[in-house]
Amino acid sequence: MTTSTEPGPPASTGAVQVRNLRIELVRDGTDVVDGIVIDVVAGEVLGLVGESGSGKTTVGMALMGYTRPGGHVVGGDVLIDGHDVRKMALGELRRLRGGTVAYIPQDPGTALNPALRIGRQLSEMLEAHMGSTGEQERDARVREALEEVALPATDDFLKRYSHQLSGGQQQRVAIAMAFACRPHVIVCDEPTTGLDVTTQARVLQTIRELCQDHQVAALYVSHDLAVVAELADKVAVMYAGRIVERGPREVMFSQPRHPYTRRLLRAVPDLEGKRPIEGIPGHAPLPGHRPQGCFFEPRCLHAVARCRETFPEAVQYEPGHWVCCYRADDTPKDGPVLASGRGEAPASSGEVVLSAEKLDARYLRRQTLFDINLAVARNECLALVGESGSGKTTLARCISGLHHTYTGTVKLGEAALAQRARQRSAEARQRIQYIFQNPYASLNPRRTIGQTIARQLALFDPGSGRDRGARVEQCLERVALSARAADRYPDQLSGGERQRVAIARALAAEPWVLVCDEITSALDVSVQAAIVELLAELRKQTGLSILFITHNLALIRTIADRVSVMTGGRIVETGRINEVFEAPKADYTRQLLANTPTIEAALGHNGHGA
Amino acid sequence: MSKFLIRRIIFGILTLFLVSIVVFAATQALPGNAARAILGRSATPERVAALTAQLHLNQSVASQYGHWLGGVLSGNLGISAATQQSVAHLIAGRLANSAFLVLVAAIVALPLSIGLGVWMAVKRDRPADHVLSMTTLVLAALPEFVIGIVLVVLLATNVAHVFPAVSLVPPGEHAWDEPSVVVLPAATLVIAVTPYISRIMRASMVEVLESDYVTMARLKGLSNRVVIWRHAVPNAIVPAIQVSALQLAYMAGGVVVIEFVFSYPGMGAQLVDSVANRDVPVVQALTIIIAAVYVILNLLADLATILVTPRLRTAGR
Ligand SMILES: Nc1ncnc2c1ncn2[C@@H]1O[C@H](COP(=O)(O)OP(=O)(O)OP(=O)(O)O)[C@@H](O)[C@H]1O
Ligand code: SF4
Ligand SMILES: [Mg+2]
Repeated sequence: MTTSTEPGPPASTGAVQVRNLRIELVRDGTDVVDGIVIDVVAGEVLGLVGESGSGKTTVGMALMGYTRPGGHVVGGDVLIDGHDVRKMALGELRRLRGGTVAYIPQDPGTALNPALRIGRQLSEMLEAHMGSTGEQERDARVREALEEVALPATDDFLKRYSHQLSGGQQQRVAIAMAFACRPHVIVCDEPTTGLDVTTQARVLQTIRELCQDHQVAALYVSHDLAVVAELADKVAVMYAGRIVERGPREVMFSQPRHPYTRRLLRAVPDLEGKRPIEGIPGHAPLPGHRPQGCFFEPRCLHAVARCRETFPEAVQYEPGHWVCCYRADDTPKDGPVLASGRGEAPASSGEVVLSAEKLDARYLRRQTLFDINLAVARNECLALVGESGSGKTTLARCISGLHHTYTGTVKLGEAALAQRARQRSAEARQRIQYIFQNPYASLNPRRTIGQTIARQLALFDPGSGRDRGARVEQCLERVALSARAADRYPDQLSGGERQRVAIARALAAEPWVLVCDEITSALDVSVQAAIVELLAELRKQTGLSILFITHNLALIRTIADRVSVMTGGRIVETGRINEVFEAPKADYTRQLLANTPTIEAALGHNGHGA
Repeated sequence: MSKFLIRRIIFGILTLFLVSIVVFAATQALPGNAARAILGRSATPERVAALTAQLHLNQSVASQYGHWLGGVLSGNLGISAATQQSVAHLIAGRLANSAFLVLVAAIVALPLSIGLGVWMAVKRDRPADHVLSMTTLVLAALPEFVIGIVLVVLLATNVAHVFPAVSLVPPGEHAWDEPSVVVLPAATLVIAVTPYISRIMRASMVEVLESDYVTMARLKGLSNRVVIWRHAVPNAIVPAIQVSALQLAYMAGGVVVIEFVFSYPGMGAQLVDSVANRDVPVVQALTIIIAAVYVILNLLADLATILVTPRLRTAGR
């Protein structure tokens, strides 16, 4: 073990070297990130992992000498090919951006200009950085760049606008743009969030190949540890604006030392179903709200007195493996990360509470569901997996009575339900509760959480008037929210808390079935894990049935009893979860499984103990 | 897209139709016998009867309206009750003068306000932005006759006698034969509308400058000029187009006051005269023309919006 504040003087071979970078808000000098150290050499990929708001994008953009309005760099060095970005004049910076360091944005849907054609957006990049080349040469290069990312290099494609492309195509255009000028360094800011696994696999493959072929140094920002495990050579974990642990990939996954890294690993869903997933209670503090001492202290199970005093300095334990934690040496084990079997799922009784038979649905003239049959037993969790556009949400909406242009039957127990929610019996509306993907949109912003839940109680249990306050409290308690949350408004809660409120509101109706439509896809892995834990717990306690809709295959392995796989509006396979994962029958299921990144697969099934 | 346009055109025609009813009803509601009002107390009953017949005043209101609408649709605006000339002949020259005034003002005001809006947004929260924001706010609050009078005082009388205070154009000539008479009325119009358009432009530009695609354009290493004019302005201009159309339409009507201040021989002055003279056919014709300008400008704004918004342009393809 070596102790030193920071590694010695920067070597000139590294493509990216960041030393003690500090970025503050101009407004009041609160730090957004501080003490950031990064080393990436040509041909190498550094994975930068952290929860939302931890400062990943801020660091990524700093490599291009850019801070978003309102922030500014106040300390440290950012060296690209040995040149200090902070000392560059405006002209030099402009050549750096896009020329030497290129950026692949977090959301290409909003990062591509809606008013400019794709061809124009690509060629202007070349105009800016390869000024002297002729128009023909530029055109040839644009087409070459498109071919590199497997997009059609046709005139028709170049004339399109971004809204005429699919999400995957938009992302590949952004990648083509980034690689167009042959940069030395590339910053990928969660380039696959929101993409289907199949598209994601293709995009990752493209990035990997381009980095290798052109000896590019890459900073790959992500909240998805599984993706990072597949792609990165080195990993840095960020928490609340600090890099708390960094090191070579193998070490980071097999011997993580920081308690946060360990908990993060345990929150990642396991495709092989060998371990349950565990959330991290609480949430990361935002700039200006960070505690004294170690920022992770409020959530850390191993905190000691001095953790509350000063932030721990980075210490090197293995070669290149730096950790900011007082107890990195002697952290008591949290228990093995790889458990021997998954948590006991309650056995379902076999009595069907919700079913759909021969369901065909259409939007206007287009048919979106074909001959859907499914049944959810009491206390069972049925997962419905499929990529975007497969018809998952349409199916959920038919079941809940929100989409009514369908033929076939939806049954609650033995009773067939009317198409429209309005025409369904009060009982039917009460017993099937729908939870939306975006909790922000589904909660009324002008009602406090308490009012929202009280309303639901009044709706389904008019007699509960007198002790409603206590009932509200009970409902919140069931989803592990404190009674104080009742006085808050939705925008005063974090995404995970809002989703808990949505669950609490659904539970207030005492439903038989919860229809959960992608309810964790907007959340961080640690929060997602906590929500999934909560659902499992509720199921155990109340005998609830769950229809869990998601695109995330790994996620359902630990929570669902059975799974139906959907594509193109049809269910292609249904079966017990282990059978489907271990011996998939449909080609499509096999393809999904193969494309889902996992830490275990990336590390060659060595597993990782903690 | 074409469906949308057709819907807007039908809607525009409907608007004009309703306006024509309102205009007709309002002018009918003027008290007393219009013919007598025009001819004065001393007129003989024969003359009153003749004029009553000429104005179709002895028919039912519905048939009067039908008669009038038929005339308007076939391009016949009727005969001026006051001068016995054809209305079309009477107002053609005035209309041309007004159109010229509005055109000059628009050519100056549109680029000026777009440019100002962009500049304020780029200099957001710096002194230049604060000063301009305040100035435009104050100007927007001033009635245009005040602006006109201030301009006259500054540029046509005491301080510097550069332009004529009164825009006299000899009969039979047009305003463009004597361009100096247009300067002050046009300047007044420009000062009256620029604040609105530039403030809207600033607001939408500020929003666009914070968008992901503008950040992306900067991260591509494009020059500031390209980022602003190629990436930001085309996306920010839509609200400005809509407001410009409203402001231009407003100019077409608001020109009345300004023409009055400068005695500019346009349709505004004509309208004031005709109302005073109870010259119902002329009032009707002018109002319906102003309404038509309104509708057409809004249609043009919709068309321009579609043209600068690829998402709308390519919809339904
Ligand atoms: N210029 C700025 N002005 C105000 N706040 C800022 C600025 N830059 C960053 N922040 C704040 O700093 C924190 C870190 O932001 P950043 O976008 O870097 O996080 P992130 O890790 O990329 O999050 P996500 O995963 O959600 O993209 C956030 O709370 C953000 O609101
Ligand atoms: S320093 Fe203390 S509080 Fe922070 S992670 Fe280590 S043990 Fe936990
Ligand atoms: Mg980010």
